[in-house]
Amino acid sequence: MSIRERLSGNEAIATAMRQIEPDVFAMFPITPSTEIPQYYAAYVADGRVSTEFVCMESEHSALSACLGAEAAGCRAVTATSSAGLSYMNEVLYVAGSMRLPVVIAVSCRALTGPININHDYSDSMAERDSGFIQLYGENNQEAYDNYLMAHRIAEHPDVRLPLMVCEDGFITSHAIENIELEEDAAVKAFAGTYEPEHYLLNPNEPLAAGPYGISAYYMEARVAQAEAMKRAKKVILDVASDFENTFGRHYGLFEAYRMEDADIAMVIMGSSAGTAKAAVDRLRDKGIKAGLIKVRVFRPFPGEELAEALKNCRAVAVMDKSEGFSSCGGPLFAETASACINLDSRPKMIDIVYGLGGRDFTVKAAESVYERLCGIASGKDIGPVYSHMGQREG
Amino acid sequence: MFRKASEINEKIAWQDMTTGCEIYEPGTSRLTNTGEWRSRTPEWIEEKCKQCLLCVPFCPDSSIPVCDDKREDFDYDHCKGCGICIKVCPFKAIEFKEADT
Repeated sequence: MSIRERLSGNEAIATAMRQIEPDVFAMFPITPSTEIPQYYAAYVADGRVSTEFVCMESEHSALSACLGAEAAGCRAVTATSSAGLSYMNEVLYVAGSMRLPVVIAVSCRALTGPININHDYSDSMAERDSGFIQLYGENNQEAYDNYLMAHRIAEHPDVRLPLMVCEDGFITSHAIENIELEEDAAVKAFAGTYEPEHYLLNPNEPLAAGPYGISAYYMEARVAQAEAMKRAKKVILDVASDFENTFGRHYGLFEAYRMEDADIAMVIMGSSAGTAKAAVDRLRDKGIKAGLIKVRVFRPFPGEELAEALKNCRAVAVMDKSEGFSSCGGPLFAETASACINLDSRPKMIDIVYGLGGRDFTVKAAESVYERLCGIASGKDIGPVYSHMGQREG
Repeated sequence: MFRKASEINEKIAWQDMTTGCEIYEPGTSRLTNTGEWRSRTPEWIEEKCKQCLLCVPFCPDSSIPVCDDKREDFDYDHCKGCGICIKVCPFKAIEFKEADT
């Protein structure tokens, strides 16, 4: 039986962690970390979990401690945000290449500067090439559910890759919403225990982990890692299917909202999707065939599936909540556009960078994007392919 | 799948490499000659040596082998020539080789 509760996103993720009870939680306190380690420290102090809780001297060290624990054969977790994730950067790549399925809860926030810790995807998008699987949630329920699935995906023998569970900083992490929690025993049974085939603390099999890989080996190692990321797609769907059978909530690589007959669509991520769905409903009431795709899995990127979902649209707006400074669009646009490049007929596509550093995104703003798409779909000039929205203009 | 260091070579395909390039064998650094990085070479002057063994624990690369409580000549396959042993020897029984100076 599910339990009805009211929790913030941070509390929801900390609860999921408590229920799964990892062997090691290594963390660095202080802004810009999240409340997640703070809640977890209370669980440890109250004797509710037997996790080894390690306070490190930096985020770089916190993730390094997690890697040591994972290589030793433990299930290890950490949580961070913004500059804290950036400070883990070097070690993120090590986690990927060592194929250690550590799970990081990321509360996505802006990167300085100007100095800002409000929500956007500057931090997590900057790490999109680090070799981590990335799951994004729209609300605290999805943050909780993504976390329940995270370890099984990351630790699957076909995958063995690290994973980030991304929630929207403040919007999801701090806002308290209704949520359905699952019972502790049911979560434990679903998440299972980590049984690695090879691990450093196995006295019967001495093992060297993380070796030097000169040019003669690096390429092969990277190809193997890339193939594991491809295989992750199926595992994510298999775990989601088991999750639905167990707990009743459905998840895919992305959510297609009113897309069946959509002429125009928006591709968006996280909490903004909820706002934009309200705009879709309003437009549908007016008879406009608007739809929305909310990307849940950004790594591995569901390119083929997304192209299939968008191929019958006439105009698509990709909404980027991080600025990549490529001068021709943000990262979600680059990936979505390249996914559609080989379609025989494909929609016109524009990129809109919005919501940076916590700038509000409203239903009205979403409607204005769909209005522009209506014009493009009816043959009007596409206008600027890459533009920003929500900034003050002189 | 190639699991031992001796089985890994530059002809194996990516499909045959272990996950994360793990090597299922201990002590594999013995197989790699890292002594070739050395630019200066310490020389053990056996007649001056009192076998106090102070150099042994100071060597950062375990390149001074000990047998029956006595040190032997350097393991030049792994010595990096850092010179710490020269500094700690109370009897000046280790010097950099003339040719290197």
